[in-house]
Amino acid sequence: MSVRNKRLQLENLTVSFDGFKALNKLSLHVDPGEMLCIIGPNGAGKTTMMDVVTGKTRPDSGTAEFGSGVDLLHMSEAEIVGAGIGRKFQKPTVFEQLTVFENLELALAGTRSFLKTLRARISPVQQERIYQVLDIIGLTGQRDEFGRILAHGQKQWLEIGMLLMQNPELLLVDEPVAGMTPHEIERTSELLRSLAGEHSVVVVEHDMSFVRSIARRVVVLHEGSVIAEGDMDKVQQDARVIEVYLGV
Amino acid sequence: MERQVTSENKQTPGLWKRTTLVDRGGGRGGDSGGTWLLAVLAAVAVLVPLLNQVVPATSAFHLSAFGITLIGKYLCYGMLALALDLIWGYCGILSLGHAAFFALGGYAMGMYLMRQIGTRGVYGDPVLPDFMVFLNYKSLPWFWHGFNHFPFALAMVALVPGLLAFVFGWFAFRSRVTGVYLSIITQALTYALMLAFFRNDMGFGGNNGFTDFKDILGFDLHSDRTRVVLLLITILAVAATYTACRKIVESRAGRVVLAIRDAESRTRFLGYPVDSFKLWLFVFSGIVAGIAGALYVPQVGIINPSEFAPINSIEAVIWVAVGGRGTLYGAIAGAVLVNYLKTWLTGAFPEVWLFALGAIFVLVTLFLPRGIIGLLRLRSKKA
Repeated sequence: MSVRNKRLQLENLTVSFDGFKALNKLSLHVDPGEMLCIIGPNGAGKTTMMDVVTGKTRPDSGTAEFGSGVDLLHMSEAEIVGAGIGRKFQKPTVFEQLTVFENLELALAGTRSFLKTLRARISPVQQERIYQVLDIIGLTGQRDEFGRILAHGQKQWLEIGMLLMQNPELLLVDEPVAGMTPHEIERTSELLRSLAGEHSVVVVEHDMSFVRSIARRVVVLHEGSVIAEGDMDKVQQDARVIEVYLGV
Repeated sequence: MERQVTSENKQTPGLWKRTTLVDRGGGRGGDSGGTWLLAVLAAVAVLVPLLNQVVPATSAFHLSAFGITLIGKYLCYGMLALALDLIWGYCGILSLGHAAFFALGGYAMGMYLMRQIGTRGVYGDPVLPDFMVFLNYKSLPWFWHGFNHFPFALAMVALVPGLLAFVFGWFAFRSRVTGVYLSIITQALTYALMLAFFRNDMGFGGNNGFTDFKDILGFDLHSDRTRVVLLLITILAVAATYTACRKIVESRAGRVVLAIRDAESRTRFLGYPVDSFKLWLFVFSGIVAGIAGALYVPQVGIINPSEFAPINSIEAVIWVAVGGRGTLYGAIAGAVLVNYLKTWLTGAFPEVWLFALGAIFVLVTLFLPRGIIGLLRLRSKKA
């Protein structure tokens, strides 16, 4: 199995906070175009793993490689975003004072400097891309609404849309359906499934039925390491997973 | 991660609270407030020369030199308020030391005016200003050289406040100092400058500052005609800086600035260099404040270290709050209105002014969170 075939390859990552090992020799990989779900009880290291991948936390040891040979551990948060990793946080933070369209405009890949944005205009290609993403996330009708008046689910979709504007190769999505209505969960599931293939998608989620509906491969974390891996049925029958989840 | 997200949504108290309303002008309904502002400025620009130069001094409609100076002063304050609103209303940077940039611009202009006095000073020294002769200076300090040239002085009017804003902003924004802490540091900055400028050996005239100006570019500063021209230039400057600020907030950069105000770390996460956006905006704002100060000095005829007093910067914040922050034109309206009130009150009941100012601020914060502009908008919506 060559490393070059992986979208993301984590090897032996260890992160400790004051002696507590948030990650303990964690190794996992993400294939190109794959939809991977990561589950695990609180404190299992899911969030810390994402923090390491996005450059927010530096590990004590281990390696994190993106695509073919991009070393994530020596890049800044902004550089990692530029390299093609987008992350959606648990709580949606869209820009409330800007419209849906403007939210997507700011997320457009491209210039980030003050002087250039001062004169930046939306090109027809970019406008086309914004409309395309509006369509994907189902917010075409809300194009000119302010972020603050969107429903919770719509904010989550807009945030996913903002990630898509940057055309990331890898999307990290943290608890996308927390607090959503069943209908919103269903639409989110459709949305994420439509993204896999073109992008690699990693979803961290507690909602088991949701995980079952989207993932082909599931990784279970516990105390900073992988304890089980496989499809949902296999994972749910795993003795250690049952022990960890049910405390048997 | 939880921690990071909650800090994004953390409620900040009072003045640092994020406004929910900003006037973004064009795009949505046009910049009607700005149109009003420019129309009023144009009307003043027509009326003032007319009422002063054409209407005879005996008429009740004659505008005195005092009146012209007063209007000019208000407009300079309006420009300072504009500079402040750009960073406070749109980017959430509450500077409590913005009068420092105003004063520095004023001092740069004052240095030119002092050099123009020449042999007409009390001591008649062709090079040294009066205060230097009085303080036994033998020669001109190095930083006074060049100020006899008007273009050089003009460059310094923009460069000195701009440089201070750059250095200050560079350290403050890079260290991610925000909110209340930033406000306190800006307050300390202007206080430190005030103490420094009060010292006689700084070479800026100590507590007396500069005064007794004679002329500017050869035009007598005491003639009505010069005063009218200075006022017209001030009006042009206000209109031009307003238009520039409006252009900034309407650009994509302006939307990034709003995004920074509302969700700073989210904006950073989109890849925007938040610190550099804040720095550019802060430097621009500092330069605008400096130009306002430079226009103020020849009209008012004096500049001294009290211009650096913390209360001046705080007053400027009150003007913006009264007018309505995040609107640009509201800031100018607020500055003119509060200062008109100040002129009247300090004449009629001098001892109550500071209480009145405090009361205005408390009342506006409690009952008019969006200032007078917010009130007007509410009215027009109901009607």
